[in-house]
Amino acid sequence: MSYVAVAIGGFLGTCARWMLTEWIGTWGGFPIATLLINLSGCFVLAWFYTVTLESSPVHPLLRVGIGTGFIGAFTTYSTFTVDVWKLVQSGAWTMAAGYVITSLGGGLLAGWVGLALASRQSQLRMVDHSDDDVDT
Amino acid sequence: MSFVWVGVGGVVGALMRYQLSRWISERLVVSFPLATLFINVTGSFLLGWFTVCVGRWFPHFGLQAALLLGTGVCGAYTTFSTFSYEAVILLREGRRAAAFAYVACTFTFGLAAAAVGLYGLPGTGGTGR
Repeated sequence: MSYVAVAIGGFLGTCARWMLTEWIGTWGGFPIATLLINLSGCFVLAWFYTVTLESSPVHPLLRVGIGTGFIGAFTTYSTFTVDVWKLVQSGAWTMAAGYVITSLGGGLLAGWVGLALASRQSQLRMVDHSDDDVDT
Repeated sequence: MSFVWVGVGGVVGALMRYQLSRWISERLVVSFPLATLFINVTGSFLLGWFTVCVGRWFPHFGLQAALLLGTGVCGAYTTFSTFSYEAVILLREGRRAAAFAYVACTFTFGLAAAAVGLYGLPGTGGTGR
C-alpha cells in the first residue's frame, strides 16, 4: 500500500511543480519558480516530518504519501543543477552564483526554521505534561 | 494532455526514489544519507543527458518526451526537500562535519554529473552530438 501512497503523492507533487513553474516562469532568466518551490518544500517537509514524529502522529501511509510522495516529488534537485549550467552557458555567472547560494543556503535555513517551529509547537503541547521529557 | 505526461513521469520518478532509498538503506547500514546523495547525483546526470538527447531520440514527440522524462521522471526522482531535511538533522545531531560533507558532496557531484550529462565526459566531445 505504501507504493500507492507514494504514487498518488508523486503524481500530485509533480503536477503541482509543473503548474507553478509554468505559471511563475522566470525573472529575466532567473529560475525563480524552482527556487520558490524548493525553499517552500524544504520548510514544509522539515516541519511535517518533525511535527508528525514528535507531537501529532499521522497514519504511516499519509506520512510517506505526503513526505516522500508529494513534497519529495514537488521539490527537485536535477532541475536545479541543470539550470545552474544553463545560466553559466548563457554567461550569467552572477545569476548562477546567486541561484546556488539562495537555493543551498535558503534551503538549509528553511529546513531549520521548519524543524524549529515544529519542535516549539511540540513543546507547547507538552506544557501540561510537566513530567514528560521535553526534547529541546 | 500534458498533465498525463508530467504526472505519469512523476509517479515513476517518485516510486524509483522510494524503492531505491529503501533498497539502499536495507543493505548499507551507515548513518549518512547515501541513498539521497546517489539519487540526486544520478538524477542530475539523467536530466542533463535527456535535455540534450530527447529531441533526437523522439523527433516527433520532443515536447511530450521532455515533459515525461525530464519534468516528470527526473524532477520527481530527485528531491531538494529530503536533502535539506537530512542535512538539518545531521546538524541537529551535532555532526557538523558530516552535514558539511553531505552538502558539499551533493553540490559538487550533482553539478559534475549534470555537466557530464549535458556536455559529455571531458575530452570525448559531448554526449554523442
